[in-house]
Amino acid sequence: MEYEAVIGMEVHVEINTKSKVFCACNNDFHAPPNTHVCPVCLGMPGVLPVLNIGMVEASVAVGLALNCKISRWSKMDRKNYFYPDLAKNYQISQYDLPLCHDGEMEIDIEGGTKRIGITRAHMEEDTARNTHTIGTRESGVDFNRCGVPLLEIVTEPDIRSADEAFAYLTALKQILQYLDVSDCNMEEGSLRAEANISIRPKGTVEFGTKTEVKNVASFSGVHKAIDFEIRRQRAALDKGDAIVQETRGWDADKGITFVQRSKESAHDYRYFPDPDLVPVVVDEAWEQRIRESLPELPRARNHRFQAEYALSPYDAGVVTSTRAMADYYEATVKAGAPAKLAANWIMGDLQGMLVERKLDIAQCPVTAASLGEMIRLIEDGTINGKIAKDLLPEMIDSGKSADLLVKEKGLVQISDRGELEAIVRGVLDANPGPVEDFKAGKDRAKGFLVGQIMKATKGKGNPKLVNEILERLLAS
Amino acid sequence: MSRITEKDVDYVAGLAQLVLDGPTKAKMVKDLGEILGYIDKLNELDTTGVEPMMHVLDMSNVYRQDVVGESLTQDQALKNAPKTDGAYFLVPRILDGEH
Repeated sequence: MEYEAVIGMEVHVEINTKSKVFCACNNDFHAPPNTHVCPVCLGMPGVLPVLNIGMVEASVAVGLALNCKISRWSKMDRKNYFYPDLAKNYQISQYDLPLCHDGEMEIDIEGGTKRIGITRAHMEEDTARNTHTIGTRESGVDFNRCGVPLLEIVTEPDIRSADEAFAYLTALKQILQYLDVSDCNMEEGSLRAEANISIRPKGTVEFGTKTEVKNVASFSGVHKAIDFEIRRQRAALDKGDAIVQETRGWDADKGITFVQRSKESAHDYRYFPDPDLVPVVVDEAWEQRIRESLPELPRARNHRFQAEYALSPYDAGVVTSTRAMADYYEATVKAGAPAKLAANWIMGDLQGMLVERKLDIAQCPVTAASLGEMIRLIEDGTINGKIAKDLLPEMIDSGKSADLLVKEKGLVQISDRGELEAIVRGVLDANPGPVEDFKAGKDRAKGFLVGQIMKATKGKGNPKLVNEILERLLAS
Repeated sequence: MSRITEKDVDYVAGLAQLVLDGPTKAKMVKDLGEILGYIDKLNELDTTGVEPMMHVLDMSNVYRQDVVGESLTQDQALKNAPKTDGAYFLVPRILDGEH
């Protein structure tokens, strides 16, 4: 039978406020264990949590970027369970009145775009980190992560394939990074994705029984886990087996999902309003202030780059992949570089050299103004493209400007017709064999001659002129 | 007539990780039943047109500015721990996956 997958995603993202969500402890949990802790996040009795306004504003910003409605009135609730990652036996979260709800996001799929509904985005606290490497009989608990602000973003079951899930996660991460609310590092757990997956006979409306896959460490892992789960469920149904509602983990080494918890042992969390925390009221004026502070978002910027700079959809996509790169690109163009050339240099040579040096474009030693100046030097014929390719790494490593390096090293391109013609004649006289070959119709010989000429000019020959002179002399 | 059975008490006690003996259980069946009876009584009131109360506190928007303050030292944090290796709180080994 032909089946269709129905997938909803839950993403937990750690928000990068300076302090934790309900106390003033440092929100950097990469410190020695239990050093960023206080009575509030340790869950001592009698303490009073107070909500961090930075978390509310970051959450509203995310909600607005995901086209959500912002609740005028929402509250914090207690989710009750016993587990050593939470000393007070409840997690502060939001239950029936989340801060953001009913949004949507557009993703690119093969042959077009698709809307993914955002059910809700709500505020909560992260839990302590358990470590199982201490001994065979004990686990260690580090409360540095407890109370780190967490935003949970839940989609409608609108996703139909592993590819769409991957596209959704990529687009969501891009938005979160543009908003600068999280570093979205999946390996370190600052972004965690879970997928609810079921399948149903194609063309039917009713949902099948779903499984939840969690603890996946990368987007490609999520992609593989979803693919595996769809195949597993299809095989089960084809055999006449029922799907069991359960939580499954992902074994990246074996490439399989496995049962972690069945529904029978699932918890009844007995949510109720947290009497320690007062309601969150976001009025229109506050919402508007946050809306006005939003940066231009990736899709809008992508479309504007296509319109304003005549970039292809591909180039615009690459250049706007991160906010830092898009900023850098725009600054390069503003410095006078032609739009298409700037995109080529940034996506190609510059990006490659930065990757080699393990640098992010935000840390690029060559300023956008400096790159713009280098591209202008090519444009006005001062240097040729080949010289520029050698120049760029030196600019990165020395921090010197293109202009200065060109002067220091005498790299100005030879565009003097007489000087070039003399060099070309010299090369032709020294290479009678290839000249004969060319005249006998072997085009490849011309490439060799051009190479010899560029060598003789130390790469500084104006390529257009060299070509022109060479063709004229060979034809004579 | 109680709306609460011993099974309900066992379920709630289980969620709260409580072990109740026979007499306590019987008392709980009675007490919880009476509480629900009281709720039934409240339900007799006509609340048409009354705004639902979502929270017990009649105030809103009390926040902390996003500023880092002082934390405890590791020694202080671990001082009351039943068991520690000097860096972590130690608990009986956890086998189950995380929540």
